[in-house]
Amino acid sequence: METLFHSVILDKDRCVGCINCIKRCPTGAIRVRDGKANIISERCIDCAECIRICPHKAKQSRYDSLDILKKFDYTVALPPPSLYAQFNNITDKSILIEGLKAVGFDDVYEVATAAEYISAATRVFMNSTGAEFPVISNACPAVVRLIALRYPGLIPNLLPMLTPVELAGKLAKKLAVEKTGLPPERIGCIFISPCPAKVTANHSPIGLEHRVVDGSVAVKEIYPALLREMSAIGSVSGEVSALAVPPGRVGIGWGESGGESAALFSTEKYLAADGIENVIGVLEDIESKRYRGLEFVELNACPGGCVGGVLQVENPYIAKAKLNRLAKRLPENRVRLDAEVTAVVNVERTVSYDPAMELGGNAQENYERYIQLQEILAGLPGIDCGSCGAPTCEAFAEDIVKGKAIRENCVVIMREKMEQMLDAFYNHSVEKGGCDKNDNC
Amino acid sequence: MAGGAIRFHYDVSGSEFSLAGTASADVKAQLKKMGVPSDAIRRAAIALYEGEINLVIHAGGGAIDVDMAPGVINMAITDEGPGIPDIDLAMSEGYSSASDEVRNLGFGAGMGLPNMKKYTDSFDIQSQVGKGTSITMSVRY
Repeated sequence: METLFHSVILDKDRCVGCINCIKRCPTGAIRVRDGKANIISERCIDCAECIRICPHKAKQSRYDSLDILKKFDYTVALPPPSLYAQFNNITDKSILIEGLKAVGFDDVYEVATAAEYISAATRVFMNSTGAEFPVISNACPAVVRLIALRYPGLIPNLLPMLTPVELAGKLAKKLAVEKTGLPPERIGCIFISPCPAKVTANHSPIGLEHRVVDGSVAVKEIYPALLREMSAIGSVSGEVSALAVPPGRVGIGWGESGGESAALFSTEKYLAADGIENVIGVLEDIESKRYRGLEFVELNACPGGCVGGVLQVENPYIAKAKLNRLAKRLPENRVRLDAEVTAVVNVERTVSYDPAMELGGNAQENYERYIQLQEILAGLPGIDCGSCGAPTCEAFAEDIVKGKAIRENCVVIMREKMEQMLDAFYNHSVEKGGCDKNDNC
Repeated sequence: MAGGAIRFHYDVSGSEFSLAGTASADVKAQLKKMGVPSDAIRRAAIALYEGEINLVIHAGGGAIDVDMAPGVINMAITDEGPGIPDIDLAMSEGYSSASDEVRNLGFGAGMGLPNMKKYTDSFDIQSQVGKGTSITMSVRY
């Protein structure tokens, strides 16, 4: 099987082999083997829960360094709306746009503008006959991966469009080609990423044939330089030049949980959940059709939405307050959806079921393995201690069925075996006139 | 595991809303692990959830028994509750005997039984007033 690209990685030197991350991972994708918390690539969704929980900073994210700018003749920064919330007292985004140029970008296309187009296109889609209710947002790539792995029945509900980042990448590339006359491959559209999931999705977009964003740098990496440049600039008067129409409240709102669904205007039959455990709860319920009349579901793996990404620098809740303060000063909506953008937004996205959570084999084999799993599980202590390296006894039983672990990896079972051996040893000792296990001789 | 089928038994407590849905959620998780096609899982989960909610709302608790063999999921929901006086009426969409209190909690919209029938391949209901209700249904794939 081809190894998937993941931005979440393990720094083996820092890993002490504790059980924090294996317990936290929502897809059971981590096993401690040989004292290190290895990631099972097929199951990882890059949600970054392990990065959040690791006390030793052993789980990290890959992303492009700013050196990537040197690879292109002309570069366009794609800042997400949550980026504005990383700075104090931003009441005018112009200074951030100028700051990005000072850091080394030639131009800027705000992702919030693309998000506004997506909101407009979503409103059209919700009124079309093709919509499978509830429509599920596809903006959070960790959620889309989770659905492909664990909720295949909900794949048809995913919004069949580009994500804001992807749309920004496409539109920015086109505008930059027109502006500079350079060939597209000489122009680099670089996302300023709040999270590993988006780094991964830009590298290998889910359900798209080609990548549309040329690179992703982390907010936390660019932050010091950006802050320095913005402080040096001090203030900017009037509108600054950028590739896109500046966004309004709708686009800015996408930076936090609830922003995307609020932008639907027409419906109150929506739900916005954030934090991976809450997302899973909602997906379970939708799968069992527990909410009637629900039309749109916005799901963000990070607490608070994109402001809660692990590559951000500001506390998510402070960031939310800052974002709201900025949005208040803006008009509601700045873009108009024209035929040209509509044609770009709506894409054939083929998200397909990924059977990585299954026990494997054909239907009959899978069933037999399941029975085997139940039998093994019945003989395990059921305390989910994690000492075997698997998050739960059930996951451990699964590993045994798959031939990836042996029963003796269980410390409880091993202790019982040791006690039996000791008993046998002392019984033998007493028979021979020696001491028993309480040292009575 | 007699006869190669896997059986699960759940005792569902009455009037404990916070636990309503845990049995159907567990069955769903097990079916996924078994590699059952997602459409069949979804149908079984919907039907079972409705049944489980009914046990809590109407019957004051009961039991769920599921046996899973390749190709079929058999589900039995039994209770010793008040029973259903008019099954045909209870089977009609929109009818509900749930108390206002319960409806205000968002349950008991009256779609339970017809939904169970709609999403399963076979559905049978027996009920006796004062004795209880027993539903058997199956999903094939």
